[in-house]
Amino acid sequence: MNKKKEHIVIIGNGISGITAARGIRKQTDHTITVISAESDYFFSRTALMYVYMGHMKFEHIEPYEKSFWQKNKIGLINAFVQKIETASKIINLDNGDSIPYDKLVIATGSRSNKFGWPGQDLKGVMGLYSKQDLEYLEQYTKNCKGAVIAGGGLIGIEMAEMLHSRKIPVTLLVREKSFWGNILPTAESAMINRHIKEHHIDLRLSTTLKEILSDPDGNARAVVTDKGETIGCQVVGLTAGVTPNIEFLQGSGIELGRGVKVNRWLETNIENVYAIGDCAEQHEPIDLRKPIEAVWYTGRIMGETVAQTICGKRTAYEPGPWFNSAKFLDIEYQTYGWVWAVPRKNEEQFYWEHPNGKIAIRISYHRETRTFLGINCFGIRMRHEFFNKVLADHLTVDTVIRNLKRANFDPEFYHTHEKEIRAAFEKNHSILTPANYG
Amino acid sequence: MDKKITSLSIANPEPDNLRGVQKLSAGMGITGLFILCLALFNMNFAFKTVWLSLSIILILAGIIIYSIGTYKKLPEGIKNNGVYYKSISNKGVLGWGTGIVLTALYVFLYWFPEYLGMGKAGATNNGLVGFFDPLSYFLNGHAASQWFVYGTLYTMAIAGFGYKFILKYRHNKYQLVRTISVIFFQLGFAFLIPEILTKLNPTLPYFSKDIKNMWPLNYYFFEDWHLKGMLGGGNLGMFMLISGLAMIFIISPILTYYFGKRWYCSWVCGCGGLAETAGDPFRHLSSKKLAAWKFERWSIHSVLVFAVLTTIAVLYTFLGDKSNSVLVTRSQFTWGVAFFLSLVIATIFIFKRKDLDTDAKYTLASLGIIVTGTILFNFFSGRNNILFINSDQFRSWYGFVIGAAFSGVIGVGFYPLMGSRVWCRFGCPMAAILGLQQKLFSRFRITTNGGQCISCGNCSTYCEMGIDVRAYAQKGENIIRSSCVGCGVCAAVCPRGVLKLENADEKSRFIQHPVIIEKDSITLTGQVG
Repeated sequence: MNKKKEHIVIIGNGISGITAARGIRKQTDHTITVISAESDYFFSRTALMYVYMGHMKFEHIEPYEKSFWQKNKIGLINAFVQKIETASKIINLDNGDSIPYDKLVIATGSRSNKFGWPGQDLKGVMGLYSKQDLEYLEQYTKNCKGAVIAGGGLIGIEMAEMLHSRKIPVTLLVREKSFWGNILPTAESAMINRHIKEHHIDLRLSTTLKEILSDPDGNARAVVTDKGETIGCQVVGLTAGVTPNIEFLQGSGIELGRGVKVNRWLETNIENVYAIGDCAEQHEPIDLRKPIEAVWYTGRIMGETVAQTICGKRTAYEPGPWFNSAKFLDIEYQTYGWVWAVPRKNEEQFYWEHPNGKIAIRISYHRETRTFLGINCFGIRMRHEFFNKVLADHLTVDTVIRNLKRANFDPEFYHTHEKEIRAAFEKNHSILTPANYG
Repeated sequence: MDKKITSLSIANPEPDNLRGVQKLSAGMGITGLFILCLALFNMNFAFKTVWLSLSIILILAGIIIYSIGTYKKLPEGIKNNGVYYKSISNKGVLGWGTGIVLTALYVFLYWFPEYLGMGKAGATNNGLVGFFDPLSYFLNGHAASQWFVYGTLYTMAIAGFGYKFILKYRHNKYQLVRTISVIFFQLGFAFLIPEILTKLNPTLPYFSKDIKNMWPLNYYFFEDWHLKGMLGGGNLGMFMLISGLAMIFIISPILTYYFGKRWYCSWVCGCGGLAETAGDPFRHLSSKKLAAWKFERWSIHSVLVFAVLTTIAVLYTFLGDKSNSVLVTRSQFTWGVAFFLSLVIATIFIFKRKDLDTDAKYTLASLGIIVTGTILFNFFSGRNNILFINSDQFRSWYGFVIGAAFSGVIGVGFYPLMGSRVWCRFGCPMAAILGLQQKLFSRFRITTNGGQCISCGNCSTYCEMGIDVRAYAQKGENIIRSSCVGCGVCAAVCPRGVLKLENADEKSRFIQHPVIIEKDSITLTGQVG
């Protein structure tokens, strides 16, 4: 690949953009410039919470030392992109500079949803996504006597944990009748409800935010819920999901939907312009995935994929079997494949929960073929490698049950629950086919 | 020692309010320490035994009740909230103060024990050392020494803060079992058994009766006075000599092969024991910089060379002394050592040439220098001189620079400033040897769970050995590092279940798990063997 040296510009220094930059650097000598208005260096967005909770300092959530960028000749610019001129291939920055590019990767991530609530722009009201959000939260929780969080998803519970770690009383408003109820089946969701209450977080189910009230100085002083209740607070967290951060692309000629529209090769409608990560929207969803995936792992895979394409090996985005993870306060969660909150057609589910109410698994399989479809794990760690193979090779649920010991990834000396799980499974979901896990 | 105080923070915007139980228990611990301080400043206690017991009980009970008050009420889980807001654990005033007090304590212990009350040249003890006389007479039949006082406080620290660690990590059975092991080996093997053996054999000359404290961590094992002590120590002496040799050459290599160096460094060793218990609140302070790793490789291997050459020099002198009836001659000994080490180097080079990373190369180079040095001894040394330097001088310099200044003063005194494993990481010659084996001949590794890493950095931050665990985990690589002591805290603090300490087939350590891994050609799925 002795092509001429190109200038690759990447907008966004999150996991997608940086993975792309590193991938391109590994294979080519192209000039690489990464532009971000958020931070000087790449940091792990998912770890922002740990900085607030005092587990780490901000420098600890930066995975590479400062010398790394120079050594790998990855140029970093801290500026905001105002305009992209796709015809002349030039980017205009807010500092007045113009940067020409040969290839452009848009990896600008998301911003927090605001659904037009009255008072949503008051002081002390914020989402939790960016480094600036964290700094803002730090500033407004200095003298905070109470906080309300609207949105019972992954960011909502993280923010509740953060505030709780600073002894700030937290109320968590959840629209669904149970926490993360549109993703988690009832039993798991109930388990997390209990765990949230165990941590003395005031959980309000089937409750939504109606309005945020202001004090005379324009600070939030209380929220009003749809049940007519007024809850006093100085900080309001808006954590009802995120949306692609693409406003600056209006009028650039790049096709936009909710996100930047891309094909399977992560190419936009304009040649040499790509979009990856949270801000990319697939024309057609891939298998059972959503067209926009705002997940760390998919961002990383897209970054790796687009790097291949830019380096001359046009590669389609093929993320493989779905996986994800989270941590709900003290309960770890991993998932492989698909387990639906409400079983789909032909989907049979097996659920096992430990008497302590903090450990559980749910396995989905096809009712007729007994093909394993997915697993939710709570308080048990499982091997990604194992389930990746099971899913890729379409092995059966019986194979999985027989090999749970091999699948387990808990630390040494842990009491593992294979026997109980297997017994429970055989009782109601009896094994029909012989094991042939290879 | 004052993890009792958590609220005197400068940075914490919402300081924890010390609850009643915590206040009470902190008060108890401080009272216990205060009694020791009074003793240190020569206050005469009428009923020493009563006051000493009271002091010990107050300190231990203070730590235990404080731990219960801190952790028992909270749900099980990782308890690192506010670590970087607390003065004690974030190099604040309390951290520096603790560091200075500990450092001073070590300076007095090693070089000015008379200020602690140690009676000079057989004189009666007074002060703090004298205060411990009743316990010492009870356990070993002799008056206390500054080392007895130190050993007692050291054991109390491991036991008390070990209990705290167990409560903090009570959801994690690996931490539970490991900490019980560390407390057991300190209390039994390092403290009680040696003291009781001394009492049962009052006429024997002094020699180390702590089986697990092996050479080269115990650098005086092969020194003439110690060898003479064991050789003249009857059955017990012979037992300690033979078991010491067996530990070094047989037991340790076998255990390290099967379990990695953790069997020693974080399960058995006393230095490791203190680091894992009393040192736990400081584990995150170790530097993760690349520069620190580079320095570490230089420094730990320099100490290894220094330790081995000193031992060889001392043994060489010992063998030259006709009054020691030993079967081996000087020249047989030097050539024997040279041959043995050359064999080790050759074996590594023949079988593991491809796996040598920078760490291992440093160790190999060190061994090479030792071989050359040993042979040079044989040609250029006189009766007591090794390479024109007196072996006594060699030895006393090692004792001063490494044995005292490095392992004690810096090793523990700097806990609140440089983390709890400064000695283990930069200085311990035992760790260097075990590390080489762990890197090349061991079944131990930390497995990375496919593509689940979110690069958060908890693993790297809480690695007491300063390993950038995340650098491996985010690439889907297993962690096979000579310095890893296998404490398991990286796996515990990982929020996404990415890390697991494992012993399994040696070859499988290097298998990558390319679920989504940075390769030149992208491999996204189905690459699992």
